[in-house]
Amino acid sequence: MSELSGTARHNISFTLNGETVSGSAEPRMLLTDFLNYELGLTGNHVGCEHGVCGACTLLIDDNPERGCLTFAVQVDGRDVKTVESLAGREGDLNDLQLAFRKHHALQCGYCTPGVLMSLTAYLEHTPEPNEEELRDMLSGHICRCTGYVGMVKAALDVVEQRKAKA
Amino acid sequence: MKPKAFDYMRANSVDEAVAGLAKTGEGARILAGGQSMVPILNFRLADPELLIDISRIKELDYIKIDGNAVQIGAATRQAKVMAWPELADRIPLLAKALPHVGHFQTRSRGTICGSLAHADPSSEIPLCLAMLDGEVILKSASGERRLAAADFQTGMLSTAKRDDEMLVAARFPIAEAGTGYAFDEMAQRRGDFAIVAVAATVSASKIRLGVGGVADKPTIVEWGNIAGDELDDALNAFAWELGGYDDVHATARYRRELVRRLGRRVIEEART
Ligand SMILES: Cc1cc2nc3c(=O)[nH]c(=O)nc-3n(C[C@@H](O)[C@H](O)[C@H](O)COP(=O)(O)OP(=O)(O)OC[C@H]3O[C@@H](n4cnc5c(N)ncnc54)[C@H](O)[C@@H]3O)c2cc1C
Ligand code: FES
Ligand code: FES
Repeated sequence: MSELSGTARHNISFTLNGETVSGSAEPRMLLTDFLNYELGLTGNHVGCEHGVCGACTLLIDDNPERGCLTFAVQVDGRDVKTVESLAGREGDLNDLQLAFRKHHALQCGYCTPGVLMSLTAYLEHTPEPNEEELRDMLSGHICRCTGYVGMVKAALDVVEQRKAKA
Repeated sequence: MKPKAFDYMRANSVDEAVAGLAKTGEGARILAGGQSMVPILNFRLADPELLIDISRIKELDYIKIDGNAVQIGAATRQAKVMAWPELADRIPLLAKALPHVGHFQTRSRGTICGSLAHADPSSEIPLCLAMLDGEVILKSASGERRLAAADFQTGMLSTAKRDDEMLVAARFPIAEAGTGYAFDEMAQRRGDFAIVAVAATVSASKIRLGVGGVADKPTIVEWGNIAGDELDDALNAFAWELGGYDDVHATARYRRELVRRLGRRVIEEART
């Protein structure tokens, strides 16, 4: 059992996008705040802080989860991936990101990191979804400026590309 | 919106978790998937002294067949249950209801037992457990007890669980041959909380209809295998009995209409 005092900071360390990171956090610090304010990341976004909008969706042990409904101390020792994990070292976009660009699946891009991380996990889970299934999955995200048509097109395009490659 | 400070315990076993509850009493709260608890904390609707995280207790992460029921441990996530290959055969009602519980991204964290403990009147999982006459297993430092779903949920967001107790499992009775199961709901958008959720089981001699989102907890009625006008009259009387309330999502009148329409629809579906 490990019991952590609420008024002190506690050391945590976890794998973030393939590299070990560490820092300290009070139990009440949300993972989103730890990533943004302690580690200085900018990819993961925060919209509502109550699990509804999906902007903060990231992968914990490859599961799509809400960063805003996770405390930083909960990911001690685990594997976290944010949108920064998708592009290659030279900044070359992956197939999903390229498809988003091609199909105009974003405008302001605020919801996009969460959507990309959800899709990353979803296409592992369901490699050949149909449009209805994709729309159902996207119900876990709120996009206020672009809409979902481009996202669906981009995802279906990636499904086809991956099928052709397999 | 940030939570107030709380002490945090990552429990590695049920014994540790119930010891924490025993020690801290009503100031302690269980954290399972956090999909309801963390919003509550972020909104500062609750400020527990101690949060006991049970999400990594391995002995609570299971689905097993035990006697005539499927027993699901308290750390088992909704996504894992949905992906269980035997689900549609063993608990068809839950198989039909789970896709309506939140989203792909929340089911990956939210647990079956967390939803039961939270006891939202419009939640799908408590409705299913009540419809099937399932049970929960509660544990404290001083012992274990089982409660029928109908005795467990006592009202809106309230249950018969004592402060020193936690749910360790839920038991869903296995489907009976010759009984049909159906589920449907109306929500503002896919994955939102239901305005009205309905579940039906129909056998040769009996219709059971359960409704969530109208009264303060799932409500169930039983009729003989009636049809036609007789069924419409029974549905209408039931809708009025439930009462219902006006809120930002819907009027009481609209809720009654949903009970009549969706009720009819699920009963017909469960018949076939
Ligand atoms: C965007 C969004 C949409 C949602 N839509 C729906 C929906 O349509 N339908 C629906 O039913 N739910 C919905 N939910 C809530 C659902 O996802 C939660 O999974 C569920 O209500 C709680 O489960 P949890 O494991 O996350 O529990 P937590 O949030 O960790 O806990 C919830 C409550 O139960 C208590 N608790 C949890 N586990 C135990 C235990 N083992 N013993 C004792 N007490 C316990 C906690 O102390 C807390 O009071 C939604 C959530 C979000 C964020
Ligand atoms: S910020 Fe997490 S879901 Fe909106
Ligand atoms: S791209 Fe602007 S909110 Fe989705």
